[in-house]
Amino acid sequence: MWTWFYRLASPPYVYRVAALWIPWFLTAAAITIGCGLIDGLGFAPPDYQQGDAFRIIYVHVPSAWMSEFTYACMAVAGAIGLIWRIKMGHAVAAAAAPIGASFTLAALVTGSLWGRPMWGTYWAWDPRLTTELILLFLYVGVMSLRSAFEDPARGDRAAALLSVVGVVNLPIIHYSVVWWNSLHQGATVAKLGKPDIELSMLWPLLSMMLGFMCFYAAVLCIRLRGEILDRERQATWVREAVKS
Amino acid sequence: MNSGFWSMGGYARFVWPCFGFVFAVLAWNLWAARRHLAQARRRALRAIAMAGSTP
Repeated sequence: MWTWFYRLASPPYVYRVAALWIPWFLTAAAITIGCGLIDGLGFAPPDYQQGDAFRIIYVHVPSAWMSEFTYACMAVAGAIGLIWRIKMGHAVAAAAAPIGASFTLAALVTGSLWGRPMWGTYWAWDPRLTTELILLFLYVGVMSLRSAFEDPARGDRAAALLSVVGVVNLPIIHYSVVWWNSLHQGATVAKLGKPDIELSMLWPLLSMMLGFMCFYAAVLCIRLRGEILDRERQATWVREAVKS
Repeated sequence: MNSGFWSMGGYARFVWPCFGFVFAVLAWNLWAARRHLAQARRRALRAIAMAGSTP
């Protein structure tokens, strides 16, 4: 197990393995997102209170879930780079940041469009919405900080530090609907035991979430290969890799 | 497809833009990642060419 873990720190190994995984992740994403869309838009019944507007859940929840998951991945990868000085940790963190930022923006926009018919407003300074907006600022901050240094190694360390500190925002986002009065509904899917959502509505949602996860993995692999090439430009193995 | 599907029970102007925006974000992610990789490959090739031309 440790041998496999150590191999993940090797740029040529990761560059090669990432290329092998991309088509599989993309295929899995296309199938699961396709199934989720057909089931969610065509077969799931309308909500008894929200009507067909509830179908926004099939893009809003996966986007919001991925915004937090990607941040956690970025922070863990940054911490690995910071603590063990493994270069691949910083490369993964750099590759994940723009993907996470785009998912956060998608969660905010779809949440806003859902809020208009349900709450009567596109935006409210609600705890859940505000903490999600802070997450977007954290992503932008991490990306800006990384590119602000002339020395890439210093930029990586500064960005990793900010991303690790920003992890404190994740439990605040998650529990904001419990700790404070919020317009946003409470947890429905993540509740341990019995979720508060009808199974015919839940399955397409789980399918979409799995699809978004596979899509994220595919895009991360593509971006990571680019990051590796940029960081290892002077290495001899890159010569063979880019010419093949 | 019947018109009821497209009207989304009167919520079409909220539901479809959400799906459109998210799929545009997914498409952008894929396009930007591929572009990033292609640019990195070009930069690596340029660095190799420069190293080869240096005596």
